Amino acid sequence: MNIIYMLLAISVFVALLFFAAFIYSVRNGQYDDTYTPSVRMLFEDELIIEKKELNKSSNESKPIKKKD
Amino acid sequence: MENCFHCGEVCDRSTIKHEEKSFCCHGCKTVFDILNENDLSYYYDLQESPGITPSRIEGKYDFLENTVISEKLLEFNEQGIQVVTLLIPSIHCSSCIWVLENLNKLNPAIKTAQVDFPKKNVRITYSSDLLSLHDLVVLLARLGYDPYISLEDASGKKTKTDRSLIYKLGVAGFAFGNIMFLSFPEYFKVDEFWLERFKHVFRWVMFGFSLPVVFYAGWGYFVSAFKGLRSKILNIDVPIAIGIFVLFVRSSVEIIMDWGSGFFDSLAGLVFFLLLGKFFQQKTYAFLSFERDYKSYFPIAVTRLLKGEAINGASNDAIKLKKEEQAQVYELEKGDRIIIRNSELIPVDAILIKGHALIDYSFVTGEAEPVVKQSGDYLYAGGRQQAGVIELEVLKPVEQSYLTKLWSNEIFSKNKQSGFESLTDQISKRFTITLLLIAFVSTAFWLFYDKSLALNVFTSVLIVACPCAIALAAPFTLGNLLRIFGRNKCYIKNSKVIEQMSHIDTVVFDKTGTLTTNQKNGIIYEGVTLSEEEKSVLTSTLRASNHPLSRALYTLLNKNGICTLDSFNEEVGKGIEGVTESHTVKVGSYDYVTKDAVRKSHEVEYENTGKTTVHIGANDEYKGCFVFYNEYRKGMTSVFKELSETCELVVLSGDNSGEQAYLEQILPQGSSLLFNQKPEDKLNYIKQLQEQGKNVLMVGDGLNDSGALAQSNVGLVISENVNVFSPACDGILDASRFNQITTFMTLSRQGIKVINYAFIFSLFYNVIGLGFAVTGNLAPVVAAILMPLSSISIVVFTTVYTYFLGRKLSVSKKN
Repeated sequence: MNIIYMLLAISVFVALLFFAAFIYSVRNGQYDDTYTPSVRMLFEDELIIEKKELNKSSNESKPIKKKD
Repeated sequence: MENCFHCGEVCDRSTIKHEEKSFCCHGCKTVFDILNENDLSYYYDLQESPGITPSRIEGKYDFLENTVISEKLLEFNEQGIQVVTLLIPSIHCSSCIWVLENLNKLNPAIKTAQVDFPKKNVRITYSSDLLSLHDLVVLLARLGYDPYISLEDASGKKTKTDRSLIYKLGVAGFAFGNIMFLSFPEYFKVDEFWLERFKHVFRWVMFGFSLPVVFYAGWGYFVSAFKGLRSKILNIDVPIAIGIFVLFVRSSVEIIMDWGSGFFDSLAGLVFFLLLGKFFQQKTYAFLSFERDYKSYFPIAVTRLLKGEAINGASNDAIKLKKEEQAQVYELEKGDRIIIRNSELIPVDAILIKGHALIDYSFVTGEAEPVVKQSGDYLYAGGRQQAGVIELEVLKPVEQSYLTKLWSNEIFSKNKQSGFESLTDQISKRFTITLLLIAFVSTAFWLFYDKSLALNVFTSVLIVACPCAIALAAPFTLGNLLRIFGRNKCYIKNSKVIEQMSHIDTVVFDKTGTLTTNQKNGIIYEGVTLSEEEKSVLTSTLRASNHPLSRALYTLLNKNGICTLDSFNEEVGKGIEGVTESHTVKVGSYDYVTKDAVRKSHEVEYENTGKTTVHIGANDEYKGCFVFYNEYRKGMTSVFKELSETCELVVLSGDNSGEQAYLEQILPQGSSLLFNQKPEDKLNYIKQLQEQGKNVLMVGDGLNDSGALAQSNVGLVISENVNVFSPACDGILDASRFNQITTFMTLSRQGIKVINYAFIFSLFYNVIGLGFAVTGNLAPVVAAILMPLSSISIVVFTTVYTYFLGRKLSVSKKN
């Protein structure tokens, strides 16, 4: 059962690791703006789709874009 | 009617068809073209009509070409790379974020751009060899994203955000979780061999975790308690600090002497919950500032005429020889000549040298109507020029001007809330005394009865009675109200303001901009009735003009038919003329219209009374004029009526007494009404009221109210657009919610009631806990259950109760 010393040490070490990660992320300013990243995240996905459409339409004919 | 594809406004005057889309003006169409040519049309797919009509920018940002000024705005400037953070109030949707972060597609010199949406700013990195700050700002402005650059940007460093509370919360939460796990084995105590062997290790690890909790996370409570005691105030932090201290000392002694496992989990939990309350109470609005002074209203630079050349030039041509330069406002000295263009702000006290000055002082003095000034007149800083270009001579540097001197009043350096005793502090005074009394009495009892338990009882009482729940009641109630207010567009600086709002018994209103709207919505026609044909020509003439007054008139008259004009003339700053076969219609200033008029069918009453008028002439005949006036806000009468039930009302206006009769009629009996009040007068009036023991709520809007807002117990600013400048205050109320002022005040009073209920609730827990404590039965596990239970139930109670109170607001909104 002396292994419990080891386990305890590991568990505290892991906990400290996460704690350090938290401190690092706060210091880095990740919690300063919690809104914009949530919007920004959605851009790239749609941008790729849009570019594909653009390419397709430009292959076929003139790019006529309509708003639906 | 069609809506503009770019900005979504109704295309009321002239619709421009372009690529199968309609636009309301050329500005909007240009932005569309720029975006379309650069593959940025995704902008329009993200949100419908996300755009902003770009405003005129010619010359507006010329000052950025002066490197001394632009240096001040830059965050970083080395090796051809510059970084700048610009405040852009018009950021409002996801399309804005997208287009601003894709600026590199418009100009490859831009490396990265990152938007902070809540703060409404964008941080741009670009290579300065290819792009100057001036060009960058102009590029943004052409897209409709005008950066807001004010004197404040030049005058100091940006404040760093204080993140210590998050760190403390993190430390406390981290320790709380780990200590709880480590204390579990002993709570489910069975006589087990292994537990006996290892429990000492567990205890010492818990002790280790508790050290940062006491000496870092909870340290603020000791400091605050010490400060309170030094100034002879028993604030709520005193019993909390005693609690933390006793918990830590007793637990440490217990594990050193091997008496028990200690209360480390209760200790960490207590600190964690308390910090959580503090954190919740701290609701900030990143896009608002409650600390602004004139610096964020004044421009950073102004056009200065170089003097030397004027002296050299001997003839009248000297005027043309004068060179213009962009000078910082701080650099202006007495005797400098400056140029102020249309809609620019006068930053210093000055004398008008030449030009037609029509100065709008509504924001600084409260005068509703723009004032006409003649050459040689004294112009105070803060006015906004409404007509063409004027030339001024500086009389005083910016810090010494009439308006800015107000800020040297001591009231601006005083912390308003320092003298205010909150409800929690009032309770804690009695609570602490009672607590100490119980502790000593029960210890005395046990000293006679069983000496071995006396110390145990003494510490137990102090531990269990630690007023965690009481300390949480106010932060959670007020924090929640703060959020409810915020959702209803009443942005309050901090939770103490809500508490002070509940004590208000006198409400002071400013008139211009507060009781009246900023838009000149009311229009009346004075003069001879126009024929149908004349009306139609008039409407068509107005349609072609871009002047704000023309647009306002056009909206009023657009029911009339429209005809094709043979010719249209505009004389900037004077008026417009529209000609058809049968009619010639002139619209504009009195002089312009009557210049060629043969007959005057209407005698002018409004000339030189300072009112905003638009004069009409048709076929060489003067017909009459449209008079514009500010309208009172909707629901003003009912607000007065509701408020007068609980409060005394006062109207303090910087304007003349022209509206006295009307206001007297609306205001309830016993209200005071004062006109021609200077900023200092307002401040002093409120001071007087306070000396009579009144709690004053000041509702204002402009710089002239700044002193009064700072002096009052609660200073509330009414704002048509919360993104633009508002003076320092305790709260900002969106103008559309003006009629809900009473509801907000009632809500703050009910909030105090909720806190009182929560106090009773938490005292009930304390009595139970004390029952365990005085009988000497407080086991660590009891404390570990009782403390979080009381805290959580208080949090739930206050949150649910305030939520129900908040529903009233949404109901009253519907009505």
